[in-house]
Amino acid sequence: MKQLDHQLPNELLRTDSLAIGYRTGSTQNTLLENLNLIVRKGELICFMGPNGIGKSTLIRTLAGLQSSISGRVFTHQQDLKPGIEKSISLVLTDRITAVNMTVQELVTYGRYPYLDWNLKLTAEDNNIIQQAIAQTHIENLAQKKLYELSDGQMQMAMIARALAQDTPVLLLDEPTAHLDLNNRVEIMNLLRNLAHHSGKGILVATHELDLALQTADTIWLTGKNKNILTGIPEDLVLNGSFDDIFQFKGFDLKTGKVFHEAWRGISIALIGEGYEYLWTKNALERNGFLTDMKANFVVQVSHEGNPLTWEFQGQVYHSLQQLLVALSS
Amino acid sequence: MKKVLSLNPWLFLSALLVLLFMTNISLGSVQIPLKDTVSILFGGIPENPVWKDILIDFRLTKALTCVFAGGALALGGLLMQTLFRNPLAGPDVLGLSSGASLAVALLVMAGTFATPLLSGPFSIAIAASLGSALIFIVVLGVANRIKDNTSLLLIGLMIGAATSSLVSILQFTSRSEDQHYFLVWTFGSMGGLNWQEIYMLGIIFLFGLILSLLLSKSLNAWLLGDNYAQALGIRIQRARILIIISTSVLAGSVTAFCGPIAFVGLAVPHLARLVINTTNHKILVPGTVLTGAAVMLLCDTAAQLPGSSLVLPINAITSLIGAPVVIWVIVRSKKVRV
Repeated sequence: MKQLDHQLPNELLRTDSLAIGYRTGSTQNTLLENLNLIVRKGELICFMGPNGIGKSTLIRTLAGLQSSISGRVFTHQQDLKPGIEKSISLVLTDRITAVNMTVQELVTYGRYPYLDWNLKLTAEDNNIIQQAIAQTHIENLAQKKLYELSDGQMQMAMIARALAQDTPVLLLDEPTAHLDLNNRVEIMNLLRNLAHHSGKGILVATHELDLALQTADTIWLTGKNKNILTGIPEDLVLNGSFDDIFQFKGFDLKTGKVFHEAWRGISIALIGEGYEYLWTKNALERNGFLTDMKANFVVQVSHEGNPLTWEFQGQVYHSLQQLLVALSS
Repeated sequence: MKKVLSLNPWLFLSALLVLLFMTNISLGSVQIPLKDTVSILFGGIPENPVWKDILIDFRLTKALTCVFAGGALALGGLLMQTLFRNPLAGPDVLGLSSGASLAVALLVMAGTFATPLLSGPFSIAIAASLGSALIFIVVLGVANRIKDNTSLLLIGLMIGAATSSLVSILQFTSRSEDQHYFLVWTFGSMGGLNWQEIYMLGIIFLFGLILSLLLSKSLNAWLLGDNYAQALGIRIQRARILIIISTSVLAGSVTAFCGPIAFVGLAVPHLARLVINTTNHKILVPGTVLTGAAVMLLCDTAAQLPGSSLVLPINAITSLIGAPVVIWVIVRSKKVRV
């Protein structure tokens, strides 16, 4: 890792014709090549692509855990002392087997690059540790043992550990895998806020398409020719890059919905507004109806009064379920 | 695990060690009053001059051997458990003791034909350490291919068994005096070391202890796994080699001087974690050493069967104490943790 001389001030990490993969003996298996990537200050990047394409390998290569096949990685060094551990911190998919330590002890590991063999923490180290714990909102977990944590809490502790390392770049390999929706949203929001408020460059390998599209500043998308497409999420959606890579089966990315076949052959004109309208539309389409303003059957969503009601052919329905039963017959 | 002791663990361990040390040197087939024991230790002249010889050249050497050997084996066990991230690793379990046995057997065999120079304490310690290191590297090489803990332990057991059988073959083909020597040696004994050998053992023990303390940071980071350790700036290849050297020298030299001692390396780190509940090696290393020394003194005291002139093999006692401890740890915590 060398410092880049003519680096723009907001570039934290840059690759120069990087090729990554594995060498086993004389054979070499290149996963991705010709990579000219940039991680900028304050940027949340979501790194997406099918399984086995080399996402983890790229993260390991960027972090210096694995050597590249060719090309170079440049990091922005704040400290004069060389050492990638002060530039890049990691959250990997590796399971921690030593679960008999407390969250506080785990977060303390983040300060190791700055400590000698005696492991003496300075007041500043302690400050940074407390700050990392506060940023991830795990103050109440600090004294818990790792085996007492849920998957989501564990992931937060791992992120706190990476934050305590106090590096300009943070790389995370599928931090939201195996978590429920609530935890996934919390982690992505946290990472976005960290990028925007503390100026870190954060790269997240993820499969969460919907979350990535809504939170990322930039998307890295593994392409077909062992390369990586980069751009803002909306551009990549509209120019069809996502459809090209993921080959969606029954999912319409542009509307963000699962594709429904209007198998009933019945069109319904739906009148209403707001999210009540959207969810009613969802219920109708999910049940095989086509919504069309010119149709003969009219369903009116009534916003007057609470609770909501639906009107169809003069009849008033108090739930969508009742309405659907009536429509089906 | 809950803290079992509310008082300061260091105070507790130190007091326990002193108590066990004094008990150990006070007991034996010859009765020496406690006040004479203390006065001899501080350079006084006892009523009966023979007491001084007994105390200094037999009991004190044995007690010091217990302290060094117990501390060294326990520390070796802790290092191995951390290195393999496996709570059931230990010098005897993974064949290090067998490796040392093989080296010593070869040396003694060679010694019967060659010069007596070969059988000095220094060369025995070196040979045993090399034997341990060789087995360690073989096990580690296999461990890098197999990530599964249970398989690793089984492979360690197999390597240990194969090495032991080589030792048996050597024994079988050796002279009857050597055979007897081997047999007694495999029972294990804390006695029989002269002062020169004790200095040797003490220096090796201190070397291992200091090296381990200097490695605290690497050992701690090791618990997170290779990738995280490397990402935290630990040079893992160098650390791995230093851990291997330290463990091999500790386990090898104890095996050379005292015979293959069972269970101490495996069980003591778990006992130490009960007293000092931490994963920080800067604390865990001295804690494990103190606990190991105390346990070894206890085992040796028990082996002398206070009140009788019979002395049991130390291995019988360490196994009797160690095996239930390991079972208890596994049952109690369901999942044993490093």
